[in-house]
Amino acid sequence: MGGRRVGFAFSSALTLMAIFFFFHQGLAYGIDFKGGILMEVRAREGVADLALMRDKLGGLGLGEHDLQGFGQPSDAAIRIAQQPGGEAAQQRAVEKVRTALGPGFDYRRVEFVGPKIGDELVRAGIIAAVMALLGIMAYIWFRFEWQFALGGAATVFHDMITTVGLFSFTQMQFDLNTLAAILTIAGYSLNDTVVVYDRIREDLRKYKKMPLVELFNLALNETLSRTVLTSLTTMLALVALVMFGGEVISGFSIAMIWGVIVGTYSTCFISVPLLLYMNMRRQVEADDVQGSPAGGKTVP
Amino acid sequence: MVHYPQWKAVLVLLACLAGMLYALPNMIPKSTLEQLPRWLPARQVSLGLDLRGGSHLLLEVDVNAVRTERLNSILDGVRTALRAAKGGYVNLGITGDAVTFKLRDPSERDTLLSTLQGVDNEAAVTMTPDGDGVVRLSELAVAARRKAAVEQSIEIVRRRIDETGTREPTIIRQGEDRILVQLPGVDDPERMKALLGKTAKLVFRLVDLRATPVELTSGRAPAGSEILFEESRQPGQPPVPMAIQRRVIVSGENLVDAQATFQNGEPVVSFKFDSIGARRFGDTTVENVGKPFAIVLDNKVISAPVVREPILGGSGVISGSFSVQSAQDLALLLRAGALPAPLTVVEERTVGPGLGADSIAAGVNASILGGVLVVGFMLVAYGLFGIFANIALFFNMVLIVALLSALGATLTLPGIAGMVLTMGMAVDANVLIYERMREEIRNGRSVIAAVDAGFQRAFATIIDSNLTHVIAGVLLFGLGSGPIRGFAVTLVIGIATSIFTAIMVTRLLIVRWLMWTRPKALPI
Repeated sequence: MGGRRVGFAFSSALTLMAIFFFFHQGLAYGIDFKGGILMEVRAREGVADLALMRDKLGGLGLGEHDLQGFGQPSDAAIRIAQQPGGEAAQQRAVEKVRTALGPGFDYRRVEFVGPKIGDELVRAGIIAAVMALLGIMAYIWFRFEWQFALGGAATVFHDMITTVGLFSFTQMQFDLNTLAAILTIAGYSLNDTVVVYDRIREDLRKYKKMPLVELFNLALNETLSRTVLTSLTTMLALVALVMFGGEVISGFSIAMIWGVIVGTYSTCFISVPLLLYMNMRRQVEADDVQGSPAGGKTVP
Repeated sequence: MVHYPQWKAVLVLLACLAGMLYALPNMIPKSTLEQLPRWLPARQVSLGLDLRGGSHLLLEVDVNAVRTERLNSILDGVRTALRAAKGGYVNLGITGDAVTFKLRDPSERDTLLSTLQGVDNEAAVTMTPDGDGVVRLSELAVAARRKAAVEQSIEIVRRRIDETGTREPTIIRQGEDRILVQLPGVDDPERMKALLGKTAKLVFRLVDLRATPVELTSGRAPAGSEILFEESRQPGQPPVPMAIQRRVIVSGENLVDAQATFQNGEPVVSFKFDSIGARRFGDTTVENVGKPFAIVLDNKVISAPVVREPILGGSGVISGSFSVQSAQDLALLLRAGALPAPLTVVEERTVGPGLGADSIAAGVNASILGGVLVVGFMLVAYGLFGIFANIALFFNMVLIVALLSALGATLTLPGIAGMVLTMGMAVDANVLIYERMREEIRNGRSVIAAVDAGFQRAFATIIDSNLTHVIAGVLLFGLGSGPIRGFAVTLVIGIATSIFTAIMVTRLLIVRWLMWTRPKALPI
């Protein structure tokens, strides 16, 4: 709690930076959102000759495209921006690439997302993120008091925004998997926060006279070992995913690792300190006075 | 009180056993599985397309084409009706979603109104006193047509896919006007897309011999005809323009069969008409010996043979510049029928079998490594109680696999990620409980009281913290694109099973251990 001012300052800076990067250079949207074509090819023999492939693709007039080595030396990923001229044009572009590269390649993966679908996925993504935030807030409000709901929402918001900021800053591919990771982070981060909130609520009833700062510190310390241990086990699982999960979900895994770190941090430095400014104690005591035998809404 | 009623223990054990029974088929090869007695559960987890390879195609029915086609036929109807009634008109055409025209003589309004109302019983005709006429389709009729078009499209798509012999395809309607097609193990998605993307409207029409070369090159056709193109048989040559009469002799609806065969060593498509088609075709060929007719597919001329003699038997062949494959495909399309409206592929996700196998391997490796790391960590952190937690974790995984198998849910690569992630987070409940126990011990409680308090107090916290996670999972499912859904499903199942195993199974183990050893201190 002592470090709360530093924490707030740091988080505000982080959030502002995230927002700045988001508006300044945006996100490197994958084809899920932007529309376009993604092809993953593997040379049937030997390594993929990227320079030669690049030459072949360059002559096709496909507009903005990108060829990269990917995973093993025999593999390459081809990304092609959305082709003007609707859905059929995307298909023709895929055909062109196949013809240009010739028979020496296996097409391990071909994806294309038409312009309409991309827009719909963006909308669905935004709706899902907002709904997640509202749903989680509603649940906490229902189980705790409104202050907790606000604190939790601010924390989740912080974690989501900074994750988006990370993807903007590094220009890592932002696709449906990343979005899934962000929603999972929201769930995970709150998991942490709720555990501490639970303890705060318990301690508020137990130590009625204790100053809030001291009480929050106590609750944080009581739950700290759990917070750290769980973060560690989750992190171990994620490390396994990054190491062996393959390229397809590496974006997801990296986002999640960031989420676990930032989620743990924000639990200690944002979600709890924020409660200080929301006139906590009176509310809980009021609940206790009118309260049910179990003391309001908790079952200690 | 540390108390664990016998019936509860039995139930928990039964649940774990059932889990193992349902998870087991995944360890056994399919061939062995088929020989097992029928009463044993034999369902394996069904793998998503990203793991077993295959194509996911999202098709959109061009419902506007249905309306446009309808408006065109109304336009023709209005023209014919006005001419028949000798009503003078100008500016006949389609404006927006209605057919519009202007009468030369507004006083004819009343006499013509009833004639025009007979043109289409789903369209409303209005005319102003100045003679401005509008024929508008009722919205209800348009909506009904659209719905019918989508349903019919699904039927045709299914027939076409069945004809190719693809196994276990999934074809479902999505939203208003989309069709989701999933084709496991398809190695040539381009051919499938080409097959699904063709409307395959086949018509037999006469070639209009009145057209002059000038008309052909300029693209203007004599009245009652239109210019269509035939693909040149010499590769690299431009398509040949032809004037084709608009009147349709026979259309593909009158076909009863089509097969790819050979004629003079060239692939051709032979076809058979039904009785109506045979009669119409016969009549026309009787009248037109020596003249060419055109076989038109989707407004392209496939070939324009000359009628050498009347064709009365109701069967014939279509020759054209076919390869064996394209002749087979055309025969397939003709057998399956024409789509009521064009389909476009708006989204495709194809994964080759190689990548699928690699992804499974990656998932398995990540799961093993993740499992080993988490199990090792819990051992180091909690010793004996860590073993209890690890046993619970094992059953957690078993139950996830069992539920996925039993529910018929699809496992995707993100789904495997969800499982690995669950391993990391599943032990959270145990950590919460154990940390509570440690605390209670520090506060000077007895062993029994500490264990009891650990479970009691952690319970509400576990429920609260996991429910928020479930909310996120449910929303992910709602966001709903294939693999992500798979992730959401495993995440939510994983949370549910981990609550069960972490609380019930661990508790059962700890309580039994307490009863057997009656320890003075907790090894925690």
